[in-house]
Amino acid sequence: MDVTLLLAAGIATGTVLLFAAVGEIFAERSGILNLGVEGMMLMGAVAGFSTAVSTGNAWLGLALAMLAGGLISLIHAVVTIHLRADQVVSGLALTFLGTGLARVLGEGLSNAGETARMPVFSIPLLADIPIVGPVFFHDQSVLVYVGYILVPLAWFWINRTRPGLHLRAVGEAPAAADAQGINVYRTRYVYVFVGGLLAGLAGATITLAVSPGWFSDLTTGGRGWIAVGLVIFAQWSPLRAAFGAYLFGAITRFVLDVQGVQSVFGIENPFLPGRSATFLLGMLPYLLVIVVVVLGSREAARKRVGAPAALGTPYVRGERGV
Amino acid sequence: MTLRIEPRMSVPRWLSPAATILALVVALAISGGVIAFVGGDPIRSYLHIVGAAFGSVGVISDTLVKATPLLLTGLACTLAFRMRLWNIGAEGQLLLGAWGASAVVLFPLLPAGTPGFILIPAMMLAGALAGAVWGLIPGALRALLGVNEIIVTLMLNYVALLWIQFWVFGAWSEGGFQQSEQFPPEAFLPRLTDFASAVPALGGLTVHLGFLFGVGAAILVWLVLERSRWGYEIRLVGDSPEAARYAGVDIKRLIIVVFAASGALAGLAGMSEVSGVVHRLQDRFSPGYGYTAIIIAYLARYDPLKVIIASILFGALILAGREIQPSGVPAMIQGVILFCLIVADVFVRYRVRLVRTGAAAGAGAPGGSATSEA
Repeated sequence: MDVTLLLAAGIATGTVLLFAAVGEIFAERSGILNLGVEGMMLMGAVAGFSTAVSTGNAWLGLALAMLAGGLISLIHAVVTIHLRADQVVSGLALTFLGTGLARVLGEGLSNAGETARMPVFSIPLLADIPIVGPVFFHDQSVLVYVGYILVPLAWFWINRTRPGLHLRAVGEAPAAADAQGINVYRTRYVYVFVGGLLAGLAGATITLAVSPGWFSDLTTGGRGWIAVGLVIFAQWSPLRAAFGAYLFGAITRFVLDVQGVQSVFGIENPFLPGRSATFLLGMLPYLLVIVVVVLGSREAARKRVGAPAALGTPYVRGERGV
Repeated sequence: MTLRIEPRMSVPRWLSPAATILALVVALAISGGVIAFVGGDPIRSYLHIVGAAFGSVGVISDTLVKATPLLLTGLACTLAFRMRLWNIGAEGQLLLGAWGASAVVLFPLLPAGTPGFILIPAMMLAGALAGAVWGLIPGALRALLGVNEIIVTLMLNYVALLWIQFWVFGAWSEGGFQQSEQFPPEAFLPRLTDFASAVPALGGLTVHLGFLFGVGAAILVWLVLERSRWGYEIRLVGDSPEAARYAGVDIKRLIIVVFAASGALAGLAGMSEVSGVVHRLQDRFSPGYGYTAIIIAYLARYDPLKVIIASILFGALILAGREIQPSGVPAMIQGVILFCLIVADVFVRYRVRLVRTGAAAGAGAPGGSATSEA
C-alpha cells in the first residue's frame, strides 16, 4: 500500500465532505440549521450524473447538480425562515424528500456504464515538491483544486469582508443586525441557498469525479450526515472543516484500501472483502465522527466558543429574543 | 403585498385534524404529479395501494404486520420527541433489538428446546435491553457531555447496520448466505389465527402478536405521558426547559431514562420483526422503519394513541409501495407528506395572510373577522 497514493485518494474523497461541510457552515453561520445535507447531496449526485449520462458533458452536469441542490434547499429556507417551522424537523424532511426524489429520478441509472467525468490533471512545478506534490497536486480532479481555493476564500469571506460580517451578525444577533439595516431574511435565504449549491456540488463530486456511478441512496452512504457532524467538530470554521474533511477522506480510503492487502508481516489480513471482520472495520468512520463530535463539543465548551447564538431560532421582527 | 404571520390566540378544535387531512391530500397530489412526470400513472398507483393494503382480510393482516415495527418505533420517537430529544436512531435501536433477540436463539443464550412461553419473553427482554443500550449511548453523551444527539444517533444507525452484517456474514451465516439459519418454531411469535380453535373470530388473521404488543405499548406510553409524574416532567421539559429547571426536574437523569426507554421500544420492534416475520436474522430486513417512524410521530402530533392510526397508514404505503415503480416512490411520498405536515402545522399555529402594504391591519382581510379573537 503506497502511502502517498492513499493520501492522494483520501484528499479526493475528503473533497466531497469539504464542500458539504463548508456549505453547511455558511447556512449555520446565518442561523439556519439545515439537516437536509444528505438529501441535497443525493439530488446533486443524481442530477449531475444523469445529465452527464444523457449529454456527455460533465461540466453541464456539475452546473445542474449545484442548481438541484440549491433549489431543493429553498424549500427548507421558505419553511424555516418565512413560515418559522422547526428547523430540525424541516431538515429531516428535506433529507427524506431529497433521498426519495433522487431514487425516483435515478431509476435505471445504476447500469448507465462509463460516462463523462470531470477532468483530472497535475499542477506543474507544485506536483514536483516531494511528498506534498504527489499527495495534493498530482493527477487530481479539477474539483479537488476547487476545494483548495474554496477553503481560504470561505474563511476570508466570513471573517474579513463586509458581507461576511453581516452574515455573522445575522447568525449571532439578528435583532441587532436588523436594527443596523441588514436584511435578515434575505441574508438567510442567500446562505441557505449557498449551502444547497455546495451540497449539490458535493454530490456531483462523488458521481462525476471520486467514484462515478449511481448506487441509489448508497451513493452518499451517510456522508451528508458526516458533514453535519464535521461542522460541530470544526466549530463553524472552514479551515478546521477542511482539516476534518481530508482526515475523514483519508480514513474512508484507508478502510477501502486495506481490503486489498493480502498479508501484513506474514499475518493474513483479517479485513479482506467478504470477511465478516471487514464490517467491523467499516464502522471506523462513523465511530470516529462520534469521537470528534464529542471532542469538538468538549473543546467548544471549554473555550466558550459555540454554535452561532441564533442557530435554530426563527427571527421575528419586533419580538424579543436573541 | 406582504406576508403577515401572527400567532393564533386560540386554535379551533377542528383546525388541527382538518389541516392534517388537507396536508395528506396535498402531499398525495404533489407526489402524483411527480409520478406522472416520470411516466407513471398516479391514480392507478394510489388505487393499487388501497386495494393491496385494505382489499381483503388477508391483506389487512399484512398491513398490520408492516404497521407493527412502525408502531413500536413510532412510539420510541414520540416519547423522545415529546421531550424535544431528537432520537433519529430508532432504526439502529431496532436493528440492535433484532440482534439481541436473535442472540437468545443463535448463541444460544437459552438451550435448544426451551418452550415458547419462556423463549419468547426472553427474546423480548433481550431485544428491549439491546435497544435500550443502543439508546443509552446518545442519551448519556447528551446528558453528561452535551453532545448533539442527532449526529450520534444517526452514526449509530450505520454502525448497527454493520454490526448486523458482521454477524450474518460471519459467525451466524447459514452456508455463506447473508442470513442466519431459521429459528426453531418455539421462537416464532404466535399469529392471531393460531388461537382460532379457542376464539373462532380470529381465524384467518395472520398478523402476529407483535401488533397487540404495539397497541399495548401505545396505551402504556399514553398513560405514562399523560397520567404519571414522570410523563408530566417529560412534557414540561419539552415545552419549557427553563420552567422544568426551576421546578426542580433532574433533566440529565430524565434524558438518559427517556433515551433508554425509547431505545427499548425500538428494540422490541426489532425483536417482533425477527421473531414474528422473518424468523431469522438477515441483512437489510428493515426498509428503514426507524426513519419512517420519525414521520409517524410527527403525523400523530406526538400522541401515542394516534401513532397507532398513523403507523397503519404508513404500513399500507410500505406494503403496497413495494410493487410500485419507480421503486423510490414510497420514500419520496414520505418526504412530501412530512413537508406538507410541517406547513399545515404553521397554518394551525399562526394566522397567515397577505396584507396590502400600508393598509390598516385587519381591514379587508376576509378571514380576519371570522376568526377574530380579540
